[in-house]
Amino acid sequence: MAYQTVFGSLDSYEKGSIELNDDLKHYAFSNIFEVAGKSKPFERVAVAKNIEYVAEVTKVDGQGPWYVAPHDEFAVVMDGEVEFTFVKLDPAQAPAGGQGAKQLGGQPNGQKMGKVRARRGHQVLLPAGAAYQLASSKPSVAIIQTLAGPVTVERWSEICTL
Amino acid sequence: MADGATPTVLNPEVVKSSGPNKQGYHSFQFGGFEFARDEYFVHIKWPKGKHTMEVDRFLRAMVRDIGWGFFYGWIFFDDVFGTHNHYGTVDIYAGAYDQGCKAAGIDFIQRFTAESVSKAFETISRDWISEGYDPLSAPLETGTPMGSKGKAFEGPLLRNFTPAKRMLGLPGDQPVRSDDTGTPVNRAFDDVAFDKPDIEAEPGFEGQLHAINLFDHIARSDVTWNPSMTAITKNSICCVTSEEHMLPVIHGNDRNEWFFQLSDEIHWRIQDKNTGNPRGMIVMKAGDVCAMPADIRHQGFSPKRSMLMVLENGSPELPELYASGKLAPYPIEF
Repeated sequence: MAYQTVFGSLDSYEKGSIELNDDLKHYAFSNIFEVAGKSKPFERVAVAKNIEYVAEVTKVDGQGPWYVAPHDEFAVVMDGEVEFTFVKLDPAQAPAGGQGAKQLGGQPNGQKMGKVRARRGHQVLLPAGAAYQLASSKPSVAIIQTLAGPVTVERWSEICTL
Repeated sequence: MADGATPTVLNPEVVKSSGPNKQGYHSFQFGGFEFARDEYFVHIKWPKGKHTMEVDRFLRAMVRDIGWGFFYGWIFFDDVFGTHNHYGTVDIYAGAYDQGCKAAGIDFIQRFTAESVSKAFETISRDWISEGYDPLSAPLETGTPMGSKGKAFEGPLLRNFTPAKRMLGLPGDQPVRSDDTGTPVNRAFDDVAFDKPDIEAEPGFEGQLHAINLFDHIARSDVTWNPSMTAITKNSICCVTSEEHMLPVIHGNDRNEWFFQLSDEIHWRIQDKNTGNPRGMIVMKAGDVCAMPADIRHQGFSPKRSMLMVLENGSPELPELYASGKLAPYPIEF
């Protein structure tokens, strides 16, 4: 038998359903393509939260701001192609404690580390202390595993099925 | 324990209590529980009751339970029998979370060292699994455990349970699956083209940039319903797994966890954790995200092999915080 695997994308996704005799808020059911499609480019919208830990969805469209976090983060590209550019931050610009990604005010100071071009299904390490920038020539979608921080956007009542 | 009593922790050896029977299988005694099997069924007895399960379901649950190290919280082999992980000790229960059994007064729990339960479950599994049957494979990809005992199964009982430390594929960490690791792409993902990310490191930064094809890694899994850790930041654990047929256990977590449906779809049956009363169904399709709260049981049904990502919070203090009510059993207030 030939199988047909179904993936979602910004242009084509079918949301599932949630039918429970319970408060649907407790399940925070959403769809990453729907969330990305309604977000501004490079907003980092939380779709999962485990106390201090979050997974953010971001629509990559054009060239984004520079971010850095004091801990590892991981991105999974779910649609399109995303270029990740990395810079080893000078100690003066490196984050001192805290959690989650912070947006840099401008260009990072430090040595260029290189680039990763990632497509659907690729998981990318965003190393602790390295500045990174996401860019794409057409709208793409990534999930970022991180901790809640200053750039995390929470708007659960807008994104969840209730 | 279900009633809050302070339990005694037992550390017995599992013993062959009889057999082999006419089908070739031994029966086993472990604490207050006796386990026997025939061609089709497993029969479990305890001081106040007995229960019968279909053998395939039992073995699929038991082997995963060992491999997971009893996982997070409750692993229901079915609505009656299962284990509850206390991380170092493990409860084995029968009927303790089933309203009918409790009403009949036949519910039973004993607490054991985790090591003794692992040993017992492995001893029973090895006696009851014959060559040609692999409880970790999808039903369409393995033989049947039904019937009389065949040639002894000699291979490793467990595989693919070793977690990554930071991220798959980094030097010194767990490898990414490939043809070289002897794990071809599963038949259900033959229609998908997989490529590798392009990594261009500047001189001096070779090996510091890292990316993998996570979907390719999942597509090459030769086990089902076995989340394996792929990326970890502090206590945030990203696990991925390929799912086909049905989750052979009903999972009652001791913390909130999050599911990301990466491909295809899974239908989840949701029940109240303590009573088993039905709460309804969730159908997750590609791109859907859903929390599994800490006060439910869930069981998944995947009509086609699918890819699932799970985010767990591995903080060790969480079970007590949820059990004591200091944390709500759901992840977000809004």
